[in-house]
Amino acid sequence: MFYGTELSSRLFLGTAQYPSPAILAEAIRASGTEVITVSLRREGPGGGGFRDLIAATGCRVLPNTAGCHTAREAITTAHMAREVFGTNWIKLEVIGHADTLQPDPFALLEAARVLCAEGFEVFPYTTEDLILGEKLIEAGCRVLMPWGAPIGSGQGLRNIEGLRSMRAHFPDTPLVIDAGIGAPSQAAEAMEMGFDAVLLNTAVAKALAPVGMARAFRQAVEAGLAAHRAGLMPRRDMASASTPIFGMAALA
Amino acid sequence: MRVDVNGTPREVQAETLSALLDELGFEAPCVATAVDGTFVPRTLRDAHPLTPGARIEILAPMQGG
Repeated sequence: MFYGTELSSRLFLGTAQYPSPAILAEAIRASGTEVITVSLRREGPGGGGFRDLIAATGCRVLPNTAGCHTAREAITTAHMAREVFGTNWIKLEVIGHADTLQPDPFALLEAARVLCAEGFEVFPYTTEDLILGEKLIEAGCRVLMPWGAPIGSGQGLRNIEGLRSMRAHFPDTPLVIDAGIGAPSQAAEAMEMGFDAVLLNTAVAKALAPVGMARAFRQAVEAGLAAHRAGLMPRRDMASASTPIFGMAALA
Repeated sequence: MRVDVNGTPREVQAETLSALLDELGFEAPCVATAVDGTFVPRTLRDAHPLTPGARIEILAPMQGG
């Protein structure tokens, strides 16, 4: 449950960097996503076309504060997004470093406190830091979105043990792996580990065939979720024969 | 008066934010506005006077990740 909303698809899809609006629309359909992320930018020519495209998808919109470097910028952007999109959902990004696009944890927390108090339903783009996660929850966040790796890097789950600890530390909070996913296998891995969803953009948009990749991610996320629900076997250090020894012929 | 609209200096007749949107041909219901870094809700645009040098941001939905 993401702020009271049950989603059958656990893939959130970004809408940037596709070769064309038609391919974007087709990729959204192929991905099976129910949540797409969008941004707010200075109005220019052709803005109306994108609005129509969003509406036609029927997806729930998760506006972001991408590109904001201060709490104040992010808060103002959230206010503007709430009015334009008519939703309390906000993907809160406060970027701390231009090269890594790592979240600024201090500004993130400050913005989250303000926005939660104003009735926003905040999806904070955060790191795997447990204390920051606790503070965000105290601030009123009911979802956390730890990064897998730096945005657009395609490196997958860079600190897998840290993410495993985070999953264990917040058993009742929906956790979404946001950013850094490059391949369907990485998305499946996140879902197998018990994350509730993955959010990605570049891996689909920059694939040679975005629609085909959207479909591949859909299957990977579904497979990972099904695997988690089915319960993975425990990992072992040594071999353990799967075929019974009992009844074996004496041929030596 | 001279104001800054989305980063570009403009000479405008409008004296309020809503008049500015009309003058520049923006679809008022589809955009969000901020003046000098502060959000101005749709309902307050009529009453929001512009001052020379004001920095106005007019934003709309765009592709994002």
